[in-house]
Amino acid sequence: MSSRLARLAVIATVAGSFSGLFGVGGGTIIVPLLILWFGYGEREATGTSLGAIAIIAALAAGAHGLYGNVDPVKALLIGLPAVGGVVAGTALQQRISERVVAGAFAVVLVVSALALVF
Amino acid sequence: MELSDLVGALAIGLAAGMAGGLVGVGGGVLMVPGLVIFLGESQLEAEATSLLAIVGVAAVGAWRQNGYGNLRLSDAVVIGVLSPLGVLVGTVLANALSERVLALSFATVQVYFAYRLARRAIAPTAPPEAAKG
Repeated sequence: MSSRLARLAVIATVAGSFSGLFGVGGGTIIVPLLILWFGYGEREATGTSLGAIAIIAALAAGAHGLYGNVDPVKALLIGLPAVGGVVAGTALQQRISERVVAGAFAVVLVVSALALVF
Repeated sequence: MELSDLVGALAIGLAAGMAGGLVGVGGGVLMVPGLVIFLGESQLEAEATSLLAIVGVAAVGAWRQNGYGNLRLSDAVVIGVLSPLGVLVGTVLANALSERVLALSFATVQVYFAYRLARRAIAPTAPPEAAKG
């Protein structure tokens, strides 16, 4: 196995387990590793990460579906506005500095983490 | 379902998608708490439901990024195709853990993610392309 393929396999396995365990796509793992290991630019890494996530999330949704925990109606409720959001987000990404967005996102994450725990 | 919960769910969905487009994630890190807080799902149910929502978000996001020339399709497909072992391990583990442990671990991941984003937000501007000559 080439070292390139081996590295992609490591990214796939770690991102996949993250996805199945936490219900996320695994982009947190994929983006930094594509930049670090393959010298991807930031935008290329985010674009390629989204492509991989589409496949990983489909597999993980299927696996969780076997346990009977997927609610398609609620997925649609939260997923439809999210599809609108991702179109806006990718368009914005080509035009603005992501600094403010990263900061705002960080704040929202901390607040929702607190809401989950308390 | 109360109207305010519906509005909350729609708003967090929109925010999750925008975050996904901007930083290249599926937005699950926001959709999971959104499903718990506004739509009354348990942590485990929210994670499962979030994954289905992510598929659409990531597919559309990747399609848009492809239009901007930012998608390396072969690497994306290889990562996706090699992921089932990890997916299986993660899914089985999620179903084996208690709700409380799952929620606490998820919150830890969120805070770590927030820390990374905060660092990006306050980091000095990336140096310009090396000046020639």
